Amino acid sequence: MSVLFLLVVLAVLAIAAFVLCRQRVMASVQGNPKHLHSLPIYYGWHGAIMVVLPALAGLVLWLIIQPIIIENRIEADLPPQMLTGTGSMDLVMSDVRRVAGGLDVAVEQGAMTEEEAGMIRTEFTNVRDRLAAVGVALGSTVTAPVLNAAQDYRVMTAWGAMGRTILGVILGVAGLIYAVMITGKDFRARNRVEQVIQGLLIAASSIAILTTVGIVYSMLTETFNFFSQYPIQDFFFSLTWSPNFRGNSDFGIIPLIWGTLYITLISMIVSVPLGLFAAIYLAEYATKRVRAWVKPLIEVIAGIPTVVFGLFALVTVGPLLRDYFAQPLGLGDSGASVMNAGIVIGILNIPFISSLSDDIINSVPQSMRDGSLGLGATKSETIRQVVLPAALPGIVGACLMAASRAIGETMIVVMGAGAAAQLSLNPFEAMTTMTVKIVGQLTGDTDFAAPETLVAFALGMTLFVITLALNIVALLVVRKYREQYD
Amino acid sequence: MTDATAGGMAAPAFSRPKSSLLSQTALVKRRNAAEARFKAYGIGAIILSLATLGFMLFTIFTDGITAFFQAKLSFPLELTAETLDPDGNRNRDEMASVTTLGYNRVLAEAFQKELTAKGIAVAGQSERDVADMISKDAAGDLRAMVLANPDVVGTTIDATVLATGRIDGFLKGRVTMETAERDSNVTPEQLQLAEQLRDAGILRSEFNWDFITSPDASDQRPEAAGLGVAIMGSAYMMLLVLITCVPIGVAASIYLEEFAPKNVWTDAIEVNISNLAAVPSIVFGILGLAIFINFAGMPNSSSLVGALVLSLMTLPTIIIATRASIKAVPPSIRDAALGIGASKMQTVFHHVLPLAMPGILTGTILGLASALGETAPLLLIGMVAFVDNYPSAPVEGFLDPATALPVQVYGWAQRADPAFIERSSGAIIILLIFLVVMNVLAILLRRRFERRW
Repeated sequence: MSVLFLLVVLAVLAIAAFVLCRQRVMASVQGNPKHLHSLPIYYGWHGAIMVVLPALAGLVLWLIIQPIIIENRIEADLPPQMLTGTGSMDLVMSDVRRVAGGLDVAVEQGAMTEEEAGMIRTEFTNVRDRLAAVGVALGSTVTAPVLNAAQDYRVMTAWGAMGRTILGVILGVAGLIYAVMITGKDFRARNRVEQVIQGLLIAASSIAILTTVGIVYSMLTETFNFFSQYPIQDFFFSLTWSPNFRGNSDFGIIPLIWGTLYITLISMIVSVPLGLFAAIYLAEYATKRVRAWVKPLIEVIAGIPTVVFGLFALVTVGPLLRDYFAQPLGLGDSGASVMNAGIVIGILNIPFISSLSDDIINSVPQSMRDGSLGLGATKSETIRQVVLPAALPGIVGACLMAASRAIGETMIVVMGAGAAAQLSLNPFEAMTTMTVKIVGQLTGDTDFAAPETLVAFALGMTLFVITLALNIVALLVVRKYREQYD
Repeated sequence: MTDATAGGMAAPAFSRPKSSLLSQTALVKRRNAAEARFKAYGIGAIILSLATLGFMLFTIFTDGITAFFQAKLSFPLELTAETLDPDGNRNRDEMASVTTLGYNRVLAEAFQKELTAKGIAVAGQSERDVADMISKDAAGDLRAMVLANPDVVGTTIDATVLATGRIDGFLKGRVTMETAERDSNVTPEQLQLAEQLRDAGILRSEFNWDFITSPDASDQRPEAAGLGVAIMGSAYMMLLVLITCVPIGVAASIYLEEFAPKNVWTDAIEVNISNLAAVPSIVFGILGLAIFINFAGMPNSSSLVGALVLSLMTLPTIIIATRASIKAVPPSIRDAALGIGASKMQTVFHHVLPLAMPGILTGTILGLASALGETAPLLLIGMVAFVDNYPSAPVEGFLDPATALPVQVYGWAQRADPAFIERSSGAIIILLIFLVVMNVLAILLRRRFERRW
């Protein structure tokens, strides 16, 4: 009995409830809707909601609780010597699940009968070979306790699926009966339906909070895990980063932070002047026609995926910098470099700074410009000495947001900055950032008990905190500025 | 500046050098020059930005456009029954015992025969070198074709097979005689032979549909690598993002804009949404890995997990756009509906929402476009893995391993063979075409339906 089957049954019940409730309420007023409290369709919807909502809630609860109960039961049955050491329960459970899944496949393909799958014993059959014959590869030979546990697991899951379906159908039918019983001409169906809809709306808007909670929770737990295996002061103050999947790793975050900040600095040197001057020109000098064409064109840059910039850095900018600057100046011969990633991130951030600054410059009151021009200042003097100082908090806010984007940028640095964690001043050398290392430590085969994997969560947490702090500061600065003129 | 000079004239009492509209003083000249410089900086910044954009697109297009063309060898191919069906029963199961090695031999022999027939030869070249010009992919394709239709064994067909990536690169100018000297994968003799083959019409460069439709191929066979799986994966994810994001985003916006009381909870939601919009995308990848894969046990590198992560990322964008367009519906509409007895809920769903729909659609399309180009979070949930099987049809297909267009771009760019850089740029062209179409659609929708109240 799959979940899908249950959903189909519920859908049928819901339609039935819709039709029944609607007919019943129309019958109760002899087909004259004038005497109803709500429009007839609301009675129908009420019926459908009463079928679906409790049943779905029950189903979700069941799906959450069932694995927990099964795991506890199996843990109780397993011999205690298998469960020594942290994490061993997870390993045993995954073995049990794999064997159970293998038995399912064997039964499905007809290589075993249902009874056989429940009865086979490791004393008489080599389960691993039997399962290999149907294409299920198991890592090690199956021990008796694991096989027994897997058989128990199958039985319990089967019961669970049965129970789940029965519960769902009972709740659905109960909801249907309740809705039909309660439906009458004085029943306030619309209010009830609108309450449910409002509940759904609130739930939807709470997803944003759930996401933040999920981010913080998932990173915090794994970060604590990491710090229980690796000293926190070494993480923040050690100068070497050399993870080693055989153990004995050094995870000093300082080289990564240095690389991140160096790249961010270069990107700001590129993007702030270009973005700001572009914004000034568009806001103060450009004719309407020029503005109508140029502004969207610059914003095209923001619509291009970052991986495209990454490839540009890897294939074009990196080799260019190496051949025309780094090698002639004797500063290194690496295509991947801080300069490379910094410049390309700078280009990416131009439209960001220019459109934010543009808005801010436009919101400076015209009277301030008129006053300055009236005193005899040239246009550029007005901009430099009146408009920009007035817009400065907003521009600083925009720059902080751009910096936060540069710090969190991933694809460009992965493809253009290199992977060598080092502390160096030479901008033509390859360095690495926090985001590069997050990608590096979390792609490929990962073992979630090893500090080499967990360190990525600590890095992610650091990154999250830094960018969040920058954004909050930026928002505060912008908000403070807005209060002056509105 | 005219004001400035006029001011100078009106106040002759100051002991300044006299200036007039006709002759400028040094100060005025300096100030005017500063003015011109300042303006030039602005123009320069814009030109530089746009020139960089243009340069980037230009390099990517010139690198990538060749990925749509592929060198192919066509020659008559005798499917010798002795090799391909030793038992002579045309029985598929028996024929399956012949591996690609056997098909390789058939291809090599037929190719050699054609060369001899046309009288093409290059001195100092072994038969092995000649056979190596055929892609390693060709034998597999041929085997699949023969096993699908065993009756063709024994006949002679006009075969068109892929040439190797190096020969392809030679036709496109990427591989030259000089680079071939240093390259262990190709010899200058092979290139000379390729030149003669091209003149004889056996080797041709054709439009390459396989690049768009076929799945990825291994490191050794850049010529066979295609975007089929990546496009399907991206399409699945966009579909799922649409299904999850739009209802939730619209519902959340309606609540925040129309119903939410001003309290701590609502404030918390608002702050959260604006913060989530600024969280680096890779953090969402960490979230997906920890919650969806490790905690909920969803399958690695499936389009479902990818879509969930992208949905959470896109949600703030959609909510912000939707709220703006709901806010733009004038209050008089609401008042009118409420005035004739509609409930608050009816007002919103029957009047406000339909009027806000064009704006919501535009915002949704733009949100989807940014989700389509997102790469970093997908790397963390395992989508960078090599996948050469198409995912099956929905719904089960959502759980199959898949990859996505931007991830494929990254994956190819990481490979050693330079032929993959061409593929990577080609993939970007496809990606950009999708993005342009989506953005144009959004602009058209806005033009067509936008209402000023």
